[in-house]
Amino acid sequence: MAFVALSEAEKVYIVHGVQEDLRMDGRGCEDYRCVEVETDVVSNTSGSARVKLGHTDILVGVKAEMGTPKLEKPNEGYLEFFVDCSANATPEFEGRGGDDLGTEIANTLYRIFNNKSSVDLKSLCISPREHCWILYVDVLLLECGGNLFDAISIAVKAALFNTRIPRVRVLEDEEGLKDIELSDDPYDCIQLSVENVPCIVTLCKIGYRHVVDATLQEEACSLASLLVSVTSKGVVTCMRKVGKGSLDPESVFEMMETSKRVGKVLHTSLQSVLRKEESLGPKRQKVGFLG
Amino acid sequence: MAMEMRLPVARKPLSESLGRETKKHLVVPGDTITTDTGFMRGHGTYMGEEKLIASVAGSVERVNKLVCVKALKTRYNGEVGDIVVGRITERRRSAEDELAMRGFLQEGDLISAEVQAVFSDGAVSLHTRSLKYGKLGQGVLVRVSPSLVKRQKTHFHDLPCGASVILGNNGFVWIYPTPEHKEEDAGGFIANLEPVSLADREVISRLRNCIVSLATQRMMLYDTSILYCYEASLPHQIKDILKPEIMEEIVMETRQRLLEQEG
Repeated sequence: MAFVALSEAEKVYIVHGVQEDLRMDGRGCEDYRCVEVETDVVSNTSGSARVKLGHTDILVGVKAEMGTPKLEKPNEGYLEFFVDCSANATPEFEGRGGDDLGTEIANTLYRIFNNKSSVDLKSLCISPREHCWILYVDVLLLECGGNLFDAISIAVKAALFNTRIPRVRVLEDEEGLKDIELSDDPYDCIQLSVENVPCIVTLCKIGYRHVVDATLQEEACSLASLLVSVTSKGVVTCMRKVGKGSLDPESVFEMMETSKRVGKVLHTSLQSVLRKEESLGPKRQKVGFLG
Repeated sequence: MAMEMRLPVARKPLSESLGRETKKHLVVPGDTITTDTGFMRGHGTYMGEEKLIASVAGSVERVNKLVCVKALKTRYNGEVGDIVVGRITERRRSAEDELAMRGFLQEGDLISAEVQAVFSDGAVSLHTRSLKYGKLGQGVLVRVSPSLVKRQKTHFHDLPCGASVILGNNGFVWIYPTPEHKEEDAGGFIANLEPVSLADREVISRLRNCIVSLATQRMMLYDTSILYCYEASLPHQIKDILKPEIMEEIVMETRQRLLEQEG
């Protein structure tokens, strides 16, 4: 993770500020920075999204490809995650430097999607045991400004919302050979339901309190963080503790309650932005990367 | 709790919002500025094949017979007498150093210093030979482009709003609570780690957001511009200052006030 050097006095200032619920940029402990979301930014994907959270910039692309289902789940498709920490974000990611962080984030994404209700995997099945849709979700880290997990989960959810999978039909001819027919209309697609896709809320313990959406400086002052994956209904799907420090059970309970509260608001905001963007229609002005 | 998500809005080019009639003459390295040989060469230009060519990307400034190119974004170039704010990243490891310095300065500490000399490869040597320089205590650091810090007589300002600011020429701006009384014998190396009051914190956070807004809108940073921006931001909540539309409004007001003050 990119880290900033801070002097002792700066750390003390930040910790005392968090105690008084006034962070460096005037936010309270449960306030997020302004988030910008845009979908459909990469043209040759099935779905894509770009999320900017302060100085953190994430790009996610989803590609739907046909493949064979896994042996233990013959009626379902599945998702594959790959995270690339680009050297653009920080010089530490040059060469193989970003691989560790990339695998850590990818493993976290696998964990939070590893349950029956996040994504309806049965809808990705074309014909049992033979064909299914595999969604390759590629995450690209363009800039690192703190709070990576939250931004990445928001971007993944937005990209899945934007994903359009072509509708296919399986035709069986007289000899029993199966043929897959793609619809002629390029806009005849199925959309995934992202209602139960969870988002990650990262809570960093600073001093005696915890903050949401920490900047790089605040992350440097925090010894322990809790990553909680929350759905739009406030249900916690998984939880992970990171950092060298320890958390006592009462703090963990408090942080979980905060994350449920914060998570619900996060989901409602994201859903309203995505719906607003969809209502603008295909002729909307795309800002993209040069805006 | 506050959470705001929005769709991105394309940024308007600055010249549109300023209503500038004369467009700036922008050049990139290798562009010909002029073929007239009567001009004197300034910074950012060189003479080649009977014409004046730009060596940096920026806008051309012409003062009578002197032509120079002012770079839009540049690394800091040290000059003797500049005030800089810096962070200690590495230090010499020798026996005397261990015994003497480590008690005062650690890696990661921030100091304010003055440039004593500049070497030919661009490295600068600093000194803290005055009581106003030295280790910096509690406060907030903002990093902006060095080209936005205006050269002035003094870079240490005690703003009337209740905080003090050091505008380093290298683009590091340090905001800190105004010390209650000037300690003559402190020597500037002992940091005060007592909690800063909430009122002071609010002023410092507001100043930090104002400086970030001014830097984002490419405005020059000096005590008057920061103060006007602070006063323009008072009707808004501190955390709202960084929202794009409020940032534009505040900086527009600041620009207006500065123009009125000059004219």
